[in-house]
Amino acid sequence: MNAVAATLRQSWVITLRDLKHWQREPWTPVFGIAFSVMLVLVFGYLLGGAIALPGGGDYLAYLMPGIFALSMMFGIEATMSAIANDSKKGVTDRFRSLPISGAAVPLGRAGADLVNSAAELAVLMVGGLLIGWSASGSVAATVLGVVLLLWLRFAMLVLGVFLGLTFRGEGGVTAVQVLVWPLGFLSNVLVAPESMPGWLAVLAQWNPISATAAACRELFGNPTGITGGVLADHALLLAALWPAVLTLVFLPLTARAYRRLSR
Amino acid sequence: MSLPPLVARGLRKRYGDTHALDGFDLEIESGAVHALLGPNGAGKSTAVNTFATLTRCDEGEVRVAGRDVRKEPAAVRSSVGLVGQHAALDEILFGRENLVMFGRLYGLSKSAASERADELLGTFGLLDAADRKVSTYSGGMRRRLDIAAGLIRRPALLFLDEPTTGLDPRARNEVWQTVRQIVDAGTTVLLTTQYLDEADQLADRITVMDAGRVVAEGSPQQLKRRLGGDRVLVTAPAHADLDRLAAALGGTADAELRQVTVEAGQDGGAAALTAVVRALDAAGLEVDDILLRRPTLDEVFLHLTARDAAPTGPAPTGPAPTGPAPTGPAPTDTASTEGALR
Repeated sequence: MNAVAATLRQSWVITLRDLKHWQREPWTPVFGIAFSVMLVLVFGYLLGGAIALPGGGDYLAYLMPGIFALSMMFGIEATMSAIANDSKKGVTDRFRSLPISGAAVPLGRAGADLVNSAAELAVLMVGGLLIGWSASGSVAATVLGVVLLLWLRFAMLVLGVFLGLTFRGEGGVTAVQVLVWPLGFLSNVLVAPESMPGWLAVLAQWNPISATAAACRELFGNPTGITGGVLADHALLLAALWPAVLTLVFLPLTARAYRRLSR
Repeated sequence: MSLPPLVARGLRKRYGDTHALDGFDLEIESGAVHALLGPNGAGKSTAVNTFATLTRCDEGEVRVAGRDVRKEPAAVRSSVGLVGQHAALDEILFGRENLVMFGRLYGLSKSAASERADELLGTFGLLDAADRKVSTYSGGMRRRLDIAAGLIRRPALLFLDEPTTGLDPRARNEVWQTVRQIVDAGTTVLLTTQYLDEADQLADRITVMDAGRVVAEGSPQQLKRRLGGDRVLVTAPAHADLDRLAAALGGTADAELRQVTVEAGQDGGAAALTAVVRALDAAGLEVDDILLRRPTLDEVFLHLTARDAAPTGPAPTGPAPTGPAPTGPAPTDTASTEGALR
């Protein structure tokens, strides 16, 4: 068996293990999904009525792709705490003492988390359709949108594995759970950056999840709320590039953190 | 092949200002249990993690069955099993699922992995609990499953890092039983422990380590002999009686403890005790207490490492060692004391 096939086989074993966790303790993924649904309800119905888009348009249609992107980003917490938990319990050290590829454990985790996120997206999309959101783009465009969302999730996965390996204590996970809120909200997912003060709008536009959300709005034929700026012209490109940049930066760092785990 | 299962030479590892390993050497023999005995922070885990390719040393060389851990980590990993300090199991999976998963990761097919899992579950008495979540297991069961997971590929050499730390006495006994089983099946075991009686019970050879260095090495008997043979300790009723007592028994007096120590001769402790009682009777002397003492590894350990606080092992069975053992700083006399020791 060549090295790549062996790595994939090992990763698959890890993926099955992670999926079995959810099968046995389904509350973790169920609450994860319920949380995103709650965000839709809170912003769609509770707060949404007071939010007006600069270019006009239906707020719910604007919101849904934003929530999709936000839930991909929030997935970082699940990845990070699973990885931190494993390395705290010594399971990771046992994996490291086995004659398996160093990439197998993170890849296996990635497989399971992508399955989870795909399920979450499916629930959110069906839920969105039920409450009046619609994707009016072509099938190909819609599929591309979903791929870009999962691509963002993959980058968040890599980042989550890195953070989980690096900051193993409870404090690390809690810090990330707190930080994802301002970092997630400082974007175009909930409100149009045009409504923010200038400097904040710039930051929000350059947030990686803004690119994915803007690209999805285009692809799903939803109002973008954009009247100008870099996202107006290059949303698709940025949605493809941002996760690539994050992955390129954090994949080597993750590999290094994994090798050096018990130093 | 007659290559030793493990040879380590001149290992050094620093974490900041701490020397976890400071010129550590080790050679272990095939088919035996070798114990690395030392207090917390002596560098035991660092040593084992280095042997198992998890940690890289700053200096020195480790060969496992002739293979360099640095240059051929993959080959080393497939010939050793590591059972780390924490039971490294998936708590949510069943016991059997854990073993199957690790077996699959070792490259076994699905059927081979589950066959091997059943075999190990049977060997370690876990068949009844095989289809329960590991989180419901007792400490001893977890540890046994953990050890089983280290044995999936029938490694020639198994590392057990503090296998009984945190276990109650009964679970500890179970683990000891398990270790003996493993060795009977032909696996070489390197175990670390801070429990002296554990090393005494299980090991054929003991390396005492402290502050990243070897302090002494030998069989349990050799290490114990280092403190001399059995002794009879006689406590006088009052300080005034001490000299008379010492003279009558031919022993050495310790004013502080109000105690006379009589060294047992070739005939051993029981004969010495009988002789002491007869001598007391003949001289018509009264005593507070008579105690026959065998040297324990605790004494050896305290003596060798010259630490005030004993590790969390069982307490020594009597007062502090009083015999010929100097209690001053000792780690420097490694080579000089006795031929049997390094």
